[in-house]
Amino acid sequence: MRSMFKASVAALGLTAITAGGAIADGHGLSGDLKIFLDTSNPAPRATMEAMIADFAEIHPNLNIETTVIDREAYKTQIRNFLTADAPDVATWYAANRMRPYVEAGLFEDVSDLWAEPEIAENLASTKGAMTIDDKQWGVPYTYYQWGVYYRKDIYEELGLSEPSNWDEFKANCQAIVDSGRSCFTIGSKFLWTAGGWFDYLNLRTNGFDFHMDMAAGDVEWTDDRVRQTFANWRELIDMGAFVENHQNYSWQEALPFMVNGESAGYLMGNFAVAPLREAGLTDDQLDFYQFPAINPDVALAEDAPTDTFHIPSGATNKEAAREFLRFVVSSNVQTEINNGQNLGQLPVNAASAVDNDKFLNEGFAMLSTNSPGGVAQFFDRDFPAEMAAEAMQGFQEFMVFPDNLDDILNRLESVRQRVYQ
Amino acid sequence: MTLAPQTEIDRQGRGWYKRNEIAVTPWLFLAPAILFFAVYVIIPIFQSINLSFYNWDGLGEKTWVGLDNYVQLADDPAFEVSLWNNVKWLVFYLLAIPAGLFIALFLNQTVTGIRLYKSLFFFPFVISQVVVGLVFSWFYLPNEGLLNGILGLVGLGPINVLGDPTLATYGIIAAGLWPQTAYCMILYLTGLNAVDPEQVEAARLDGAKGWKMLWYVIVPQLKPATFIAFVVTIIGALRSFDLISIMTNGGPFGQTRVLSFYMFEKALAEFGFRMGYGAAIAVVLFLIMLVFIAYFLWSMWQEERAR
Repeated sequence: MRSMFKASVAALGLTAITAGGAIADGHGLSGDLKIFLDTSNPAPRATMEAMIADFAEIHPNLNIETTVIDREAYKTQIRNFLTADAPDVATWYAANRMRPYVEAGLFEDVSDLWAEPEIAENLASTKGAMTIDDKQWGVPYTYYQWGVYYRKDIYEELGLSEPSNWDEFKANCQAIVDSGRSCFTIGSKFLWTAGGWFDYLNLRTNGFDFHMDMAAGDVEWTDDRVRQTFANWRELIDMGAFVENHQNYSWQEALPFMVNGESAGYLMGNFAVAPLREAGLTDDQLDFYQFPAINPDVALAEDAPTDTFHIPSGATNKEAAREFLRFVVSSNVQTEINNGQNLGQLPVNAASAVDNDKFLNEGFAMLSTNSPGGVAQFFDRDFPAEMAAEAMQGFQEFMVFPDNLDDILNRLESVRQRVYQ
Repeated sequence: MTLAPQTEIDRQGRGWYKRNEIAVTPWLFLAPAILFFAVYVIIPIFQSINLSFYNWDGLGEKTWVGLDNYVQLADDPAFEVSLWNNVKWLVFYLLAIPAGLFIALFLNQTVTGIRLYKSLFFFPFVISQVVVGLVFSWFYLPNEGLLNGILGLVGLGPINVLGDPTLATYGIIAAGLWPQTAYCMILYLTGLNAVDPEQVEAARLDGAKGWKMLWYVIVPQLKPATFIAFVVTIIGALRSFDLISIMTNGGPFGQTRVLSFYMFEKALAEFGFRMGYGAAIAVVLFLIMLVFIAYFLWSMWQEERAR
């Protein structure tokens, strides 16, 4: 193990002499290693390819073959290649999104890796998301926070500050609406953005455990506590908090409202920061706050979707695959791939350094110290696929026609009864 | 007398193929087509029908559920919406036929540059459905779209065509009509070339003009073109998938789905993988198509017999 880490440091350090030492250390692995990636966007793709090149340098006898598949296409192709022509390592997502493959026996149990002290100690925070039936089925390689990204300059113009509770949140929003803007931009054409709003409103209204009970199908959608979540949501809708016609836009198409100052905020994942910066917002204009408490009795909990690496059970070179997984989660590699030049997200290894970026620092602090309730993945990753699809469609309908709530909840309840039978 | 044994010897002397050449050769030529048609069309139809009686996520074990998928379909509101949308598509998409006819009649004249006008009218059929969908979704944009700009000029309030569940399907059909009208127009333009000038002359002598001329003299002669236009338009209406996917992705809240799109969502999309349920939808769609296929085959057969 130790020599492994030294090796990765060396490889990343890119000094010829230590790299030579690394090669000597890693002569044990040979054969082919097939890696399938869904990181098809340019920046993540380059990051992954550089990381794999570093790994290849440590293991010169290993013949690594990398295949990058379009991120959306990957979601359907994974079913084919896991059963037909399994690679040795594949990317995917944590929690319920990996359950179908775990239950079909297509992912390798990697609990042995999680028993190793390096991983057990440093990756404890994401262990829950990787666990099904008390076993771990992969390792995370990156995650990112969700929260409210807002236009600081608009808040300052209106004399507002970051809200610390629900009343302030609504009062801020009212002030923004009165100034002729909408409080939040959102594009719900592809539905999942509305899932983010439900996650936060439900986590703040009923708490993490209740939310997870819902995901497990133990709570009726017509329950009064669920209705309370929607009642809180409706307060915002009736206020005019959300940008109009959001059902027409994708999340990217909703960005210009914030850039142009027509909307003051965006409940989003940290990946929204890059396009907002590219559109010309400076760090003086753009800031972040944690979604405030609604019900003071429940502990704050956050959404932090985690992207993962898995070993398919049909892999041929599982020894090299395990070594690759160790390499990916090691603290130095984590520091490197998650920094601002690469993925620009949070490292999963507690011993890693977070890049010096305002949003990453705030997110890291929030997730490590101010999320006592727990960390959820995201609506469409925590809830079973079919439930998530129906529910997110219902959320969109609710945001456009709040009066349809009873109809929507009855429909979701009947879906729940079928999905979790 | 001497000839008969000769042929007898001949027959025996030749191989089996030679003896049956006339009967076998057509089948040999047909064999590759039959093979591919069976493997890629006929067998999958029966596989789908079979699959629709199972619950299957595409990975694990199939479980036999009998008619359960169909029972669920019967009270699935999303299925009902999709079915009705299919009906709307079938009915309103047919507007492409009269529209194409009138444009063709309009363009069937000899003035300078008519070729240019014809190609301009035909242009929308050449561009991809995806581009048509994008162009129309920008046209319909609630705030900055051209449609609302025009409506604003005559003092009508802004409407969000694709965001309004009652309007969205019609909005997409209108987008689909644009290239389909062009297609029907081309069919009629070629058809008009074949119209017999003597019959027109005779009708004119008998005092027919205007609508009567069109309805009793021209349109009957265009029957073959009308038949083809009808076939391609029905097929086009049933494969309206790409426009829907580009313009609304089935939304808002699933109100613009058609059966093919719903089947895709349930069986093959990101949150789908209910293969049995998807197959059941496919079977229903197939039965609808079967009505049209039967009609097309029947009318082609009638045509053949009339000759």
